[in-house]
Amino acid sequence: MAYIELEDVTKRFGVVTAVDRLNLSIEQGECVAMLGPSGCGKTTTLRMFAGFEDLDGGEIRVGKRIISSKKTHYYLPPEDRNFGMVFQAFAVWPHLTVYENVAFPLQIRKLPKAEVQARAEEALKHTNLFHVRDSSPEDLSGGGKQRVALARALAIRPDVMLLDEPLSSLDPHFREEMRFEIKDLQRRFNHSILYVTHDQSEAMALSDRILVMRLGVVQQVGTPLEIYGAPANRFVFEFIGLSSFLQVALRDGRMEVGGASYAPPLPPPAELVVQGGAWLAARPNEIAFTAEGGVRATVLRKAFLGEVMDYRVAVGDAEVRVQTSRRDPGPAVGEACGLVFERPRWYPLAE
Amino acid sequence: MTAAVNRGSRVGTSQILLGLSIAILVIVVAVPVLLIFLNAFWVDGAFNVADVVKVLREPDTYQALVNSLILASGVTVTGTIVGTFFAWLVTRTDLPFKGTMKVLFLVPFMLPSFIGALAWKMLLSPRSGYINRMFMDVFGLDGPVFDIYTYGGIILVETMYLFPFVFIQVAGALERMDPTLEESARISGANLFTITRRITIPLVMPSILSGSLLIMLYSMAHFGTVAVLGIEAGIYNIPTLIYEKIHQSAGSFASIRTGTVLATVLVITAAFILWLQNRVLSRGKYQIIAGKSFRPTQLKLRGLRVPLLLFCIAYIGFTIVLPTATIFMVGALKTYGLPFTAENMTFYNYKFILFEWQLTKDAIWNSISLGLAAAAITMFAGVIISYVIVKMKVRGKGILEFLGMLPFSVPGSVIALGVILAWSGKYGVNLYNTVWIILVAYIARYMAFSLKANSAALEQVHDSLVEAARASGATMWQALRDVVVPLVRPGMVAAFFLIFLPALRELTVSVMLYGPTTRTIGVAIYTLSEDGETVYSAALAGIALVIIVFGESVIKRLFKVGRKG
Ligand SMILES: Nc1ncnc2c1ncn2[C@@H]1O[C@H](COP(=O)(O)OP(=O)(O)OP(=O)(O)O)[C@@H](O)[C@H]1O
Ligand SMILES: [Mg+2]
Repeated sequence: MAYIELEDVTKRFGVVTAVDRLNLSIEQGECVAMLGPSGCGKTTTLRMFAGFEDLDGGEIRVGKRIISSKKTHYYLPPEDRNFGMVFQAFAVWPHLTVYENVAFPLQIRKLPKAEVQARAEEALKHTNLFHVRDSSPEDLSGGGKQRVALARALAIRPDVMLLDEPLSSLDPHFREEMRFEIKDLQRRFNHSILYVTHDQSEAMALSDRILVMRLGVVQQVGTPLEIYGAPANRFVFEFIGLSSFLQVALRDGRMEVGGASYAPPLPPPAELVVQGGAWLAARPNEIAFTAEGGVRATVLRKAFLGEVMDYRVAVGDAEVRVQTSRRDPGPAVGEACGLVFERPRWYPLAE
Repeated sequence: MTAAVNRGSRVGTSQILLGLSIAILVIVVAVPVLLIFLNAFWVDGAFNVADVVKVLREPDTYQALVNSLILASGVTVTGTIVGTFFAWLVTRTDLPFKGTMKVLFLVPFMLPSFIGALAWKMLLSPRSGYINRMFMDVFGLDGPVFDIYTYGGIILVETMYLFPFVFIQVAGALERMDPTLEESARISGANLFTITRRITIPLVMPSILSGSLLIMLYSMAHFGTVAVLGIEAGIYNIPTLIYEKIHQSAGSFASIRTGTVLATVLVITAAFILWLQNRVLSRGKYQIIAGKSFRPTQLKLRGLRVPLLLFCIAYIGFTIVLPTATIFMVGALKTYGLPFTAENMTFYNYKFILFEWQLTKDAIWNSISLGLAAAAITMFAGVIISYVIVKMKVRGKGILEFLGMLPFSVPGSVIALGVILAWSGKYGVNLYNTVWIILVAYIARYMAFSLKANSAALEQVHDSLVEAARASGATMWQALRDVVVPLVRPGMVAAFFLIFLPALRELTVSVMLYGPTTRTIGVAIYTLSEDGETVYSAALAGIALVIIVFGESVIKRLFKVGRKG
């Protein structure tokens, strides 16, 4: 049994089902990122986990102990869960100094004075805040404030760390730096982390596994490689990385698109053949141009983006994005060309 | 003038506006205040502080200072507690009907406190108060149970009308506060009590303090409640003693001097409180505003939900409904003191006051016309002055900025005393006993409201808008007329009503300035009550309440429509 288990966790707000029967287990020391578009229920899940929201179904366990349960109406209060939490808007207390912010949770736990100081200072050192311990957090930059929040969460040696888009209020260049710092701290302390973000590169860089959510429903759980390499459905494919889709008809073992018929680049699954149509999905950099053969297309636009050449090409009425290395000359705007799908995937139309 | 010729018409216009603004503020506010200082400190052609100290040490003056302090501190403490508690209740708990409750808690702002005081006098005066008599009848007691003519009574009544200052500020701060500030304390291990004590209260402390300083400011300068409830028991505060000195001993030198010394103390206190408030607000401005507007976590009151709701309803019933009902009921009695039975009640009083009695008809007419005139004049003067202060770059603006602060720290009784000194013929113009002296005083008194509303509106108008108009070929005046005025019109309308409504129910200023035919509604209610015409006083108060409530709701409607359009 895993260290953390969320079983059929459900939350409704009026008619909206914010989280629908979510199942997830997290091992000790594992970092799981929850990824999804705005409003998909990430924060709600985190808040249920933290104890701020009651459940409308299911159960949450940490270390075999039930901490939230719809069935028994038992909810361990947030203050007794021993979790560390970092919020998007920092939530550091402006009327306390940096040190007092970090020491607060330790004082609440009625630890001896010497230990409060030792642990607070240790947390401040780990987050490079020791030299500003007596300043007001108001005087720090966004990154500084978020470090205070991180130090405050670390100081209690939490069983679980919960982070809700901790980096999205920061400037882009700070974001990358903090990302590494968080990863470092996680390795050092071996915390179990539930990390909410809507930034896929953040999720990829930080986490051992990613959970992709949409409208309250889990779409896929897997390692970053699995999520990127084998998306479970069209939504996940589109949400992670760049994507191109082509709607095709499947008939007599061939695919039809843009008024022409081709041999499919990859045999479609039988159930899609039965349905008579499917999405052909590919990453833009996994589509190549060919002068002869391939799926016939016309170049609509072409833009030089530095490392890559970005094309929009028309296949019948549909538009497909293609990216080639900048060293390839490629076709010109208005020119006819063929597309070769190198690693395509099939997804059902009804989604 | 040469500068105007040299640098073109823009500088000329600016200087005219600046000069005009300074002139308005000097004549209307600065001269009266200066005359007060002068009369207080300038004795027999010499500057004399010892004499001021002597005046302050006279028993009745000294007692008034102490009383002002006792009453203001008491009201500040109780008002802050009541205001903070209700603000917390309607923002941070799952109290039922919170929205309605919030609106109801602001109603006292609308009601004139001296009318409330009159109602409480009718209910709780030791000899004839209805509640006292009821207790004596029901329990067969010999003496009254409550005595409203005490420090405690005055503090209680003032609290009912002043606590919204704290309520409004604290409720606003609690609503805007980022809920994750409290949630992060919760997940850190703190329980709700600890969070309230160590996180929530410190974070809203600037709002609490600033609200309580406002209560203090108002209570310190407050005339009505103390005049109605204190004088009988010999409790005077600074404004009521100034009134007593000026009004009773019609202009003897000694009483005017005492008045000016007291007024000086009041101005200095008010300025100090305002300075303190400014400091609190600028030092304690934490960034606690929520980034994402999420509903703050609400404390579940559980078993206390219904009891606390009943408590709120009882509070509102006791402080708003009961006094208001009393006013209307007493206003309909054939003779004061009769029980409220059908055969003792009549509508005739209301008819008599509205259509037959010259004194009350005059009062209603005076208040309405004074209110309209003061609102219109002050609104326009305020636009010009605010425009110069906020938007113009012209030398000498510093003087205007200083003068512009003045109206904020000059309480009503000080203004009244100042205009008496300035406009009683000593300097060539005698407005005494005319309606004009009240108008001048109203303009000075309400200038602060107009400056506030108009400069807030003007600050929203970015300089580039005017610059764009001028770049398109508009002259300064055209830019003002076509760009600035339409944009600040909401501020002007707000200023108009911010002045008109309080002026309608004004007492502090007009009570010191009225003559035989220039009573205002407030003065008429107060003097009728003092003369023992309790029933007519109550009836007029009832009519005043109807006018005020009607006015407020018309304005609310007006602003709603305006915002949509
Ligand atoms: N307190 C609440 N009351 C009503 N609806 C709520 C509440 N909290 C969340 N919701 C709704 O639940 C859904 C999920 O919200 P949630 O905040 O969990 O999304 P999210 O994935 O965190 O989004 P974001 O990326 O914008 O933070 C949304 O439709 C939201 O409007
Ligand atoms: Mg969220």
